[in-house]
Amino acid sequence: MKPLASLARSTLRSAALACAVALIGVPAFAADEDPWPALKTDLFGAKTFAADAAGLELEAPYRAEDAAIVPITVKIPASLGAVKSLTLVVDKNPAPMAASFTFGPAAGTGDRSIATRLRFDSYSNLRAVVEKADGTLLMVTKFVKAAGGCSAPALKDADEAIANLGKSQVKLLASPEGNSDMRSGLVMVRHPNYSGMQMNQETGLYIPAKYVSKMDVSRGGEQVFRMEAGISISADPNIRFTFTSSSNNQLAVTTTDSDGNVFTAQSAASGS
Amino acid sequence: MTLLSRRSVLRAAGALSACTCSGLPTSAGTSTVRFAMEEVAPGVFVSTGQHELFTPQNGGHISNVSFVIGRDGVAVVDTGGSAGVGRALLAAIRRVTDRPIRYVINTHMHPDHVFGNAPFLAPETLFAGHVKLARSLAARGERYLAVNKAELGPDDFEGTRIVAPSLAVDGVQTLDLGERMLTLTSRRTAHTDNDLTVRDEKTGTLFLGDLLFSGHVPTLDGSIKGWLTLLAELRSEPAARVVPGHGPASMAWPVAMDAQAHYLDVVARDVRKTIAAGQPLEVAMGTAALNEKPAWLLFDDFHARNVAAAFAELEWE
Repeated sequence: MKPLASLARSTLRSAALACAVALIGVPAFAADEDPWPALKTDLFGAKTFAADAAGLELEAPYRAEDAAIVPITVKIPASLGAVKSLTLVVDKNPAPMAASFTFGPAAGTGDRSIATRLRFDSYSNLRAVVEKADGTLLMVTKFVKAAGGCSAPALKDADEAIANLGKSQVKLLASPEGNSDMRSGLVMVRHPNYSGMQMNQETGLYIPAKYVSKMDVSRGGEQVFRMEAGISISADPNIRFTFTSSSNNQLAVTTTDSDGNVFTAQSAASGS
Repeated sequence: MTLLSRRSVLRAAGALSACTCSGLPTSAGTSTVRFAMEEVAPGVFVSTGQHELFTPQNGGHISNVSFVIGRDGVAVVDTGGSAGVGRALLAAIRRVTDRPIRYVINTHMHPDHVFGNAPFLAPETLFAGHVKLARSLAARGERYLAVNKAELGPDDFEGTRIVAPSLAVDGVQTLDLGERMLTLTSRRTAHTDNDLTVRDEKTGTLFLGDLLFSGHVPTLDGSIKGWLTLLAELRSEPAARVVPGHGPASMAWPVAMDAQAHYLDVVARDVRKTIAAGQPLEVAMGTAALNEKPAWLLFDDFHARNVAAAFAELEWE
């Protein structure tokens, strides 16, 4: 698998190129071109995809109300046992790798879920790819009708967004129903997650990409997951996740953005 | 030219809408805009748009457009959703008065309120808007144009472009049309972050733009908390009548805002409940304020998005 950082850099370069090309009126891609075969090789190399998704689920709206905030949920059943990672891919976005989650011991092996909000620049397949402990890949795909989410200024109040940059919250939520070993948490970070495709309103120039690139979440000092992310995550990144309950359920989050800014937050201390 | 009486204008409006069937003389090609003006107070004219999304059939006439005539000139309040609507509005003004158009005032950035600006470009005309309008339009204009080009017919879209404001209003600004003062007020973030109201002091007519919806479900592109706060503040500002951005040409004040305030209250209340229960965005989108559906047109087109916007705001409380 290509390192995410270099992939993000190269895809951002092509995003910038796509913008430049779009400005002179030439479509960057043929509308019917399927980007997946090339993406699959770039992201997953020669790894094998299982024929069956084995209970892995992906929930996403067929038609999104707001292309800049498309809620998606991935459910990883207990039957899959321990998994190494989850990768979210939006085929037709300028930077298709939306996020990659690497799971730690506190992610557990029960019924797990990860939910976040994504941007869609055009109608596209969304893919959730899970790498099992043995290295095989499982994939589920959903087609989402949404367009314009990467260039849309999702910030409804531009001044407020800048004033609150980096403000973070991490919360413990109730246990998922009928699943007493697992708990849920929510991380929220105030960040414009500039895609590099939005225009600076004052200068008429494109705002350089500036986005949450890495997030580490732990429970009682043990890692739940590390997320590496790109510009396809919505502004004000929002991640809901499950983790295994223990004697110390205090959650902590450390977020790094592409400019190297680091933001941290902790939940209230809580036992099981 | 003297001002026409209300009755004669209504007759003129009838003639005007009849003549749009064969295309207004000033419109390009075969405009589909159907256009009638109503004089809601002496010298105050409003044409109501359809409660519809942009279609080639309505030509972008989907919001209210207005003008006010003073001794020395005319002020236009919003220009509609296409250059075709702007051309029809300009023709309607010219049927009533030949006085110069001094001001085109945009109540906010949305395409159905600013896309008719271009036909009014003239050396004697200033384009007024909220101090934040220029920035917000620059950020969104290109996409608005691309999307609406696809939704409008070519004749009505022809000539549509973004006109940057030349008069930025920060706070309160008075415009003098000659024996007629207009008070422009930039508002806090509510429907958008660039809402501007216009009061005709002579008749006590208050133009609220999309701070007021009636019939057409409200659309949230700013701050639900800000909007509810602003509605409470506006309640204490007296007005003989108000002109909504979407709805009848004239409404009684402040009763006109009750339905909308109720809708926004219920959305905020239900979204807060969902957040307090630890439920995610998509649950709120599928449940919040659904009982309000029978009261509003275009509910299925905008409501879930309103809930998403409210959720993304209120989850930070």
